[in-house]
Amino acid sequence: MTKKESVLIANGQGFWGDSILGPIRLVNEGPLHYLTLDYLAEVTMSIMQKLKSRHPEAGYATDFVQMLRRVLPVCREKNIKVIANAAGVNPQACLKAVAQAVRDQGLKGVRVAVVEGDDILSRLPDLLKEGEPLANMDSGEGLASKLDAVQSANVYIGAEPVVEALSQGADIVITGRVTDPSLVVAPMVHEFGWSLDDRDRIAAATVAGHIVECGAQCTGGNFVNWRDVPDMARIGYPVIEASPDGSFVVTKHEGTGGLVNIETVTSQLVYEMGDPAHYITPDVVADFTSIQLEEVGKDRVRVSGIRGLPATDTYKVSISYQNGYKASGQLTVAGPDAVEKAKLCADVVFQRLALDGVEFSEDQRLVEIVGTNVCHAGIAASPRDPAEVVLRLGVRDPDRTKVNRFGMEIAPLVTSGPPGVTGFAGGRPKATDVIGYWPALLPKTKVSTSVHVEEVE
Amino acid sequence: MAKVRLSQLAYSRSGDKGDGSNVGVVAYTREAYELLEKELTSERVKQHFREICHGKVERFEAPNLMALNFLLHDSLGGGGSESLKTDAQGKTHGLGVLWLELEVPDDFPVPHPA
Repeated sequence: MTKKESVLIANGQGFWGDSILGPIRLVNEGPLHYLTLDYLAEVTMSIMQKLKSRHPEAGYATDFVQMLRRVLPVCREKNIKVIANAAGVNPQACLKAVAQAVRDQGLKGVRVAVVEGDDILSRLPDLLKEGEPLANMDSGEGLASKLDAVQSANVYIGAEPVVEALSQGADIVITGRVTDPSLVVAPMVHEFGWSLDDRDRIAAATVAGHIVECGAQCTGGNFVNWRDVPDMARIGYPVIEASPDGSFVVTKHEGTGGLVNIETVTSQLVYEMGDPAHYITPDVVADFTSIQLEEVGKDRVRVSGIRGLPATDTYKVSISYQNGYKASGQLTVAGPDAVEKAKLCADVVFQRLALDGVEFSEDQRLVEIVGTNVCHAGIAASPRDPAEVVLRLGVRDPDRTKVNRFGMEIAPLVTSGPPGVTGFAGGRPKATDVIGYWPALLPKTKVSTSVHVEEVE
Repeated sequence: MAKVRLSQLAYSRSGDKGDGSNVGVVAYTREAYELLEKELTSERVKQHFREICHGKVERFEAPNLMALNFLLHDSLGGGGSESLKTDAQGKTHGLGVLWLELEVPDDFPVPHPA
């Protein structure tokens, strides 16, 4: 394989639900070698398990396949490879859907890879028996007591199996819970022939992956100085120009909207950050305190100097479990005296529920009067008498019936509460699962990943 | 001494981290970073978020990025997926910290307009 001098890697999807325009524009509006897409969050996996339990062909990111149908021909024409953790908890069903999409486009010779091994839901009882506590990283509690409530369990796996898939000539790689930055690490390792033990380069690639993993959040999205961001509607999604020495440039395609400068990149570097000296992924421990940034042109930031420490000998496991039920609903309350009336409405709802023997403790209730500083409580000055407010009410309880009973007591306020109550749309709020998140660690020796590549016939 | 808002010295971003949020504060200039390193303590941030953050506040430094990173434990009403709150993921905490007021010397070069 000829080693490229520069590899262009973009991220076109920051989360499941991000705009389909991101990837579509990335493959059409400028040069690109790899399109990565991130679909998975902690909650996503439990939703997918639930969908799969109802339907054997469900449980992956269906958005991905829809998107693929729109970008496949141009990806084929320009030889852009696609890497997405879209397989969720049903890689085989995802593979089938992807293969169908390829056939429907009339494309020949497309090689699709599936990376599996992250889904350990069915292995949990055995792992506990083998003495793995899968203790909650926050509370220290062992998983055994929660086992019956567990809905999903996925290991955050790294770049290695994705590199393997690329080396087997895959054009499209679909994976389960591969860590977001690893989607970007893999093509660099593959193209530049790096060793996975080359920890400074792997750390650099990990930083690149971290910068782009939320899509447009490094190109002017969610940026404090939002007035400086031109043409937000046409915001460009990020492109990494990676070099063999591990340095890279963060940029976006010419002519797109948005902004790439040291401030937009640094904003994303600190996003969801813990200890910056130890950013732990399955591939490496990256030291963000070694990062050097330099503006090298319009919408171009060069990133270099990154150091890495050896990877840990454990994988992080993301476990979700059923933790009761919740519901929330809202009403709009018009003035005069909007805040006072909204408070009365909230009291009335909980008093009426109590009259019917349905009570919720203080910490299982939510009363928010939106328009009076619910986001910055105690911080910013609140308007004394807003013209109107939105009242949000919510409850949480192990008993589904109680939660549904709550949902029935909101609409009646329109006719039996104070005047000026409106905006009750969308029907009665219904109980939905509260999904508890249980982060744990598992020795890497307990997990084996697999790669399967096939050419779509 | 003159009073300035943190928004005149730094920009920010926040997100969820378990049952808490992380608030990254990045100074516009080296002078501002050095001032924040001294003045913007965990205690100061905890006091500022007292109605939102019910746990402790931890601080980490990344001087190369002119950034301070704060972890606000127990600040989401039960963690991203369990919380009933509007801002269940702490997305707005980053703007929240920028309201904080600090005292700077009268001749301090304030990098950003109020």
